[in-house]
Amino acid sequence: MDNVLTAKSAISSPSDVKEVATFKRLATRTETEQAGKTVTVYVDDQPVEMQPNDSAAAAVLTSGLRYGRTTTVGNSARAPYCMMGVCFECLLEIDGIENVQGCMTTVQEGMRIKRQHQARELSGR
Amino acid sequence: MQSSNPNTATNTAEVAVIGGGIVGLAIALGLTRNGHQVVVLDESDIALRASQGNFGLVWVQGKGDTLPEYAAISRQSARLWRSLADQLLDSTGIDIQLQQKGGLFFCLTEQELNNRQQMLQQMQQAAGGDYPFQVLDLKQVQELEPEAGPEVAGATLGPEDGHVNPLLFYRAMTEQFLQSGGRIVHSGKTTDIKPLNQGFTVTCHDKGLDQKWHCDKVVLTAGLGNKELAPMVGLHAPVEPNLGQVLISERLKPLLNYPTGHVRQTNEGTIQIGDSKEDVGFITDTRIEVLAQIANRARKMYPVLNKVRLVRTWGALRVMTPDGYPIYQESTRHPGAYVVTCHSGVTLGALHQGPIADWISHNKTELPLEAFNGQRFNG
Repeated sequence: MDNVLTAKSAISSPSDVKEVATFKRLATRTETEQAGKTVTVYVDDQPVEMQPNDSAAAAVLTSGLRYGRTTTVGNSARAPYCMMGVCFECLLEIDGIENVQGCMTTVQEGMRIKRQHQARELSGR
Repeated sequence: MQSSNPNTATNTAEVAVIGGGIVGLAIALGLTRNGHQVVVLDESDIALRASQGNFGLVWVQGKGDTLPEYAAISRQSARLWRSLADQLLDSTGIDIQLQQKGGLFFCLTEQELNNRQQMLQQMQQAAGGDYPFQVLDLKQVQELEPEAGPEVAGATLGPEDGHVNPLLFYRAMTEQFLQSGGRIVHSGKTTDIKPLNQGFTVTCHDKGLDQKWHCDKVVLTAGLGNKELAPMVGLHAPVEPNLGQVLISERLKPLLNYPTGHVRQTNEGTIQIGDSKEDVGFITDTRIEVLAQIANRARKMYPVLNKVRLVRTWGALRVMTPDGYPIYQESTRHPGAYVVTCHSGVTLGALHQGPIADWISHNKTELPLEAFNGQRFNG
């Protein structure tokens, strides 16, 4: 099962996670149509070439970041899961804004994507 | 949850609790502790399930302003809550996140604050002076709750108020009840209760099949279902649905220190916003105008909420009597049949698991239950 992330239960803490990309992109019609066009985004400061219609969550999966956030209470690792806006496992800090749903955000040239560590910090003061 | 498939022959239990929400489970748990053999007959996932949509406040201040007995039992329950939470943690390992360091009720105008102060003063008099609360101006509020905004006129602080995670409470009670030998049966709707010379026969209907239970005692805790069930055993429970809509935020690092009647932050970081009240029948839809009103009031209370994303909304039905107070009553025509119905199943949870279960076990109580007789709605 090379293309599947280790089951959640096996990743008990972020330090257990080795940062190795295990996802392979399938050929799609979009890919054929847009051959040659890429967008560069930065996942934890590392440049990653993505296709223009990819999501920030896809960038996390292809970059080798392995997990994109840690849970709010237990601080255990989570990676993008449903990829359709439902599960909230793909929360990321995108261009300085925390708790953004990575799977619902299309990549932009120069986008800075970082892990979401636990809950968002917010203060009106 | 454990489920069994009783056959069409009559099943038996000493006590049948009809309704497997937080009210029914709290009572079932207390009855099991008292040594009874208990079955909880729970309708199914199509039931309205107020227990899964509520706000999670263990709230005392202002409750029972027109009925001192209600103020008294709410406070009694609040005092019993810590030991219930500790006991559930001991037996199940589930921390239900009870916090009782006080609750704030925000007022957005001086008029609202004055009215509330007057109401609480009257309640204090009715309680013979023993009714703690403080009235705070904006500056005092901001000392406790720095995110309180400039549009807040002030707040009342009730030191006995608090909150809990209602879903973990529900789960912990379920686990402890099953551990101690209780049975939960997803029986479908209870369609008939027949009083016999000795005991009762309860008929439930699910997927075209009837299921019968014979029991010595029957306790009605079916929420809005109690209205139809109560007359079967000579009781009266004219409850009606009242819709509350709730907004749920993204998870944030701790931002709010105290629960209020409208806004609270959970241990996981979610901010839960609510408190709409609509009499719209048996619908649980959310409506954008109502959600907008709720959000608008909340952001006046805490301007920081302007920056917060909402991720979910829902509606749930409160179980309301005409005067808003509970019904606790044993049938005089069919002794052994009890009705328990309220809209504050969380606040009253510790009372239900303790003294209310004891009342049903022993047929006597120190609680002022005569004030909660369903016959008050007759005529």
